[in-house]
Amino acid sequence: MKAGVIVFPGSNCDRDAYRAFKLVGGGQVVYLWHGSRDLEGCDIVVLPGGFSYGDYLRAGAIARFSPIMKKVTEFARGGGVVFGICNGFQILTESGLLPGALLRNSGLRFVCREVNLRVENDRSLLTAGLATGSLLKMPVAHGEGGYFADPATLAAVESKEQVVLRYSNEAGVITSEANPNGSLNNIAGIVSDGGNVFGMMPHPERACEQVLGSAGGLKLLVSLCENIAGGVVARQGD
Amino acid sequence: MRFVANVRVLLKDGVLDPQGETITRALRDLGFGSVTKTSTGKLFKLEIDSNTEADAKKIASEAATRLLANPVIERYEIEVAR
Repeated sequence: MKAGVIVFPGSNCDRDAYRAFKLVGGGQVVYLWHGSRDLEGCDIVVLPGGFSYGDYLRAGAIARFSPIMKKVTEFARGGGVVFGICNGFQILTESGLLPGALLRNSGLRFVCREVNLRVENDRSLLTAGLATGSLLKMPVAHGEGGYFADPATLAAVESKEQVVLRYSNEAGVITSEANPNGSLNNIAGIVSDGGNVFGMMPHPERACEQVLGSAGGLKLLVSLCENIAGGVVARQGD
Repeated sequence: MRFVANVRVLLKDGVLDPQGETITRALRDLGFGSVTKTSTGKLFKLEIDSNTEADAKKIASEAATRLLANPVIERYEIEVAR
């Protein structure tokens, strides 16, 4: 399996993502420059966290017009697996590859701490290795992470079971206290209608080794890589 | 001809505006008890070379739709002047 990590000006989790995918993917990992127009035959494209283009205008608003995003859009429309983490999630919503938007945190502060996530859907590539209801610990680090969608879009996202992860407390209960940023329905991560584009605000790539506090993120990346390598790319609608 | 288009981008109704709420509280603490709501947004001043005011407005509108506003959460208003 070959993974590509896009490097935008201002990306700062690209090396973490590279290392994490090297750890779990068992294959080749390459950096893809934002100015490039070539995905180099990657099986998965990762949009890492950071502050692409300084988060000017809106987080992700400028990055979506990078030359490489044209290719990422074509790749995603063709069923290719695209995974956006934090700023990467923001870029994917700005691009229209995922529904909704990420708003300024409801508490107005940049939130940088560990959160508990509950797996909501064990049929996605990202979570197929985990049971629905399992809990994962990993960090969040963002100022604009409040998931928002208009009522009709939100209802569709929920009814099509596109929510893959929600913020929960340690007991796995979805509470407003466990919600770090005001996300609607405690949504932390979603998948596209087609099942191949993922976005999440928490950082699985920073939670891949117990010595660093948690290996909760590792399980997601292992699930993703195993499912891609096994050719289980669910293309609903095909 | 040079036109100036002021593009005002505001959050749509129903979108949480924590900055606006915090500013309202601060204003009320300062004695502005009659202020009941604050909406935050952005103002973009575009200087546009075009033949007519209508063309300038069209260009500003396209710029707002494609980049300046995110239609999922924001709406915009445009005023064009010479």
